[in-house]
Amino acid sequence: MTTTPTESPEAATPPPGSGPAAKTSTTATKVPQGHRRLLTRRDRLTLGLMAGLPTILHVALVWVTALASILLAFTTWDGIGFDSIKWVGLHNFTELFTNNPQFWPAVEHNIVWFVALILIPTPLGLFLAVQLDKNIRFSRVYQTAFFLPVVMSLAVIGFVWQLIYNPDTGLINSLIGANEPGHYIDWIGDPDLNLWAILIAASWRHTGYMMILYLAGLKGVDPSLREASALDGANEWQTFKNVIFPTLRPTNTVVLVVTIIEALRAFDLVFVFNKGAEGTELLSILVTNNIIGESSRIGYGSAIAVVLLVISLAVIIPYLIATFRKERRA
Amino acid sequence: MHLTPSGLSVPGTSRRTLLRGIGGAAALGAGVPLLSACGGSGSSAGDSKTVTVGSNASDAVPKKAFAEIYAAFKKQSGLTVDVNTKDHNTFQEQINSYLQGTPDDVFHWFAGYRMQFFAAKGLATSIDDVWDKIGGNFPDAMKKLSQGEDGKSYFVPLYTYPWALFYRKSVFQEKGYEVPTTWDQLIALCKQMQKDKLVPIAFGDKDAWPAMGTFDQLNFRTNGYDFHVELMAGKASWTDAKVRKVFDLWTELLPYHQEGAVGRTWQDAAQTLASKKAGMYLLGTFVGQQFTNKADLDDLDFFAFPEIDPAFGQDTVEAPTDGFMMSKAPKNKAGAVKLMEFLGTPEAEQIYLKADPNVVAASTKADTSSYSPLQKKAYDMISGAKSLTQFMDRDSRPDFTSTVMQPALQKFIRDPKGVDSLLSSIERQKKTIFAS
Repeated sequence: MTTTPTESPEAATPPPGSGPAAKTSTTATKVPQGHRRLLTRRDRLTLGLMAGLPTILHVALVWVTALASILLAFTTWDGIGFDSIKWVGLHNFTELFTNNPQFWPAVEHNIVWFVALILIPTPLGLFLAVQLDKNIRFSRVYQTAFFLPVVMSLAVIGFVWQLIYNPDTGLINSLIGANEPGHYIDWIGDPDLNLWAILIAASWRHTGYMMILYLAGLKGVDPSLREASALDGANEWQTFKNVIFPTLRPTNTVVLVVTIIEALRAFDLVFVFNKGAEGTELLSILVTNNIIGESSRIGYGSAIAVVLLVISLAVIIPYLIATFRKERRA
Repeated sequence: MHLTPSGLSVPGTSRRTLLRGIGGAAALGAGVPLLSACGGSGSSAGDSKTVTVGSNASDAVPKKAFAEIYAAFKKQSGLTVDVNTKDHNTFQEQINSYLQGTPDDVFHWFAGYRMQFFAAKGLATSIDDVWDKIGGNFPDAMKKLSQGEDGKSYFVPLYTYPWALFYRKSVFQEKGYEVPTTWDQLIALCKQMQKDKLVPIAFGDKDAWPAMGTFDQLNFRTNGYDFHVELMAGKASWTDAKVRKVFDLWTELLPYHQEGAVGRTWQDAAQTLASKKAGMYLLGTFVGQQFTNKADLDDLDFFAFPEIDPAFGQDTVEAPTDGFMMSKAPKNKAGAVKLMEFLGTPEAEQIYLKADPNVVAASTKADTSSYSPLQKKAYDMISGAKSLTQFMDRDSRPDFTSTVMQPALQKFIRDPKGVDSLLSSIERQKKTIFAS
């Protein structure tokens, strides 16, 4: 960038096909001789705007709001006028940790969400990707079918799965006759069932996502590795275990990060499904329930948001440290 | 891409477009606060011929009914009403920032604590002058309901509807059931219905508010109106033996409720009543909206929740009331006052009821001759009540009811055995919320 010659604008003029025309245009631009500064005033203004505006927007919309919610976490505020903000110290947090019957279930469910996504759809996605990578017939069709849920919004997925889970008129209960009194299965309301019902819906989508990530990773595997292992007489499983899977390491890191993010931001599917009622509480939903509404508990909701932020940082910071360390070594 | 010898992509025109892009981004940045501020319709600011109304009547039936009221108002006063309709739930969720921004002159709202809250916060204009003119149209209970904690009026009620136990006349006739008036009769009827392979009481609490209606009925029948009000205001304790009694009675009644209530919407529960699979259903008269077949709707009837303590009988009726408030600084105050006065007339109510026959007029002056038998009954029930309640989330702090009571009642419905720890948890959370 710093080597940009000021002559570059002239180079942009049409190639000397029409000789005289090109000449006149060069003289018309009048590059000031001896003005050997790297960037013109306009360039600097442009760069300033290009770098400055996003920075201002980023600071205002990300950092200021994040800091504001951290500050608000130590106050009570109903959201009406700034004079009603009252400092309460750690009260919101003690209240949250000791008195809120939904808080610990919410933390637990966020963790369950992550573990379930890692254990079920991730291996499934890898399996599908390996099968599709073999260029079987109708590979494109399968690929599209499995990837389709990823294209849909989670809110829409929530509606679709409600049609399946609806305890009175839903597909499952209608098929197995579990909508009669006496042997009734309440997929949405029973806290022993509803989290798993939602996780199946979430996995349905996540599998396709994982499949595409792994498929991209597999396409990057050098074919000569496969040839070499075939020559060494390795069977398919041995090849996968000892040759292919180790080369997928970068993909695995991406998968892990993506899954952690999915687990922490889980919200829309549950909100559509049953608004985070008994059995499906999530931190993101607690934040929303406390902050949005006619007389909101903004301080309290911010305290929950801060807990979510701390958990996110606890996950992200080790990842960043590991990544930077690797780069430094490289 | 066209590359210069130095390897950089061509500036010139592309740089200009880029700058234009930045200008656009800057405008967008500036537009963010603008966008959030223009919740109302600021375009007609200061226009003395227009009154703006913020409306949550996003459903087709009420939307059309209100449009007809405004058309009649224009004919009478020459003032145009500019309606800014928002989705019903979104309106409620945003009401806070809406009223602090640039709200419309007049807005739809609910009576009770929800009205008093915004009045106390200075986000509404008191309309005692309007009440001087329309006061004669309303009974005292409605007048009281329209007042803030400071005793000034802030609200013009338009319509109301009672909560009661709904049933189908044909089912009761066929099986020879009688309308229960006491708790023992209710339990006996439930048992009989169960024998007859009916779900005694339809129930759906997926939206988390219907269970509050059941609590309200049980509480004011058991402990009376005054205790109910104290409890809702955060003054009485949830660990009081009186509250425990309510939950004991509820535990007795729960087995007769439809199974799996937490996973069912009220609309689906209403369908079980419509299809005669359930015998009764405790809800507001809006349950009639789910009876799309005219013959079914004519077959629908209701009775007041049975007496529990003879000292209180059936003297309290839960009747949520909807109406209008004036925002804190209306742009066209004179016009807004005129509109509020018009909304308080029996004519305005009649126009509304013609289009939406599931509710009854708040005014005693409104013509009841065109009422359906169901509306007449609802009207008699409300006008004969000694005390009127709104609904748990309209009589108490909404932050308490939505973040504490809704999940607590859902928990209770699923597991009524854990009631003691549940009540002490409610009480602990209530103390913090009401202290803030």
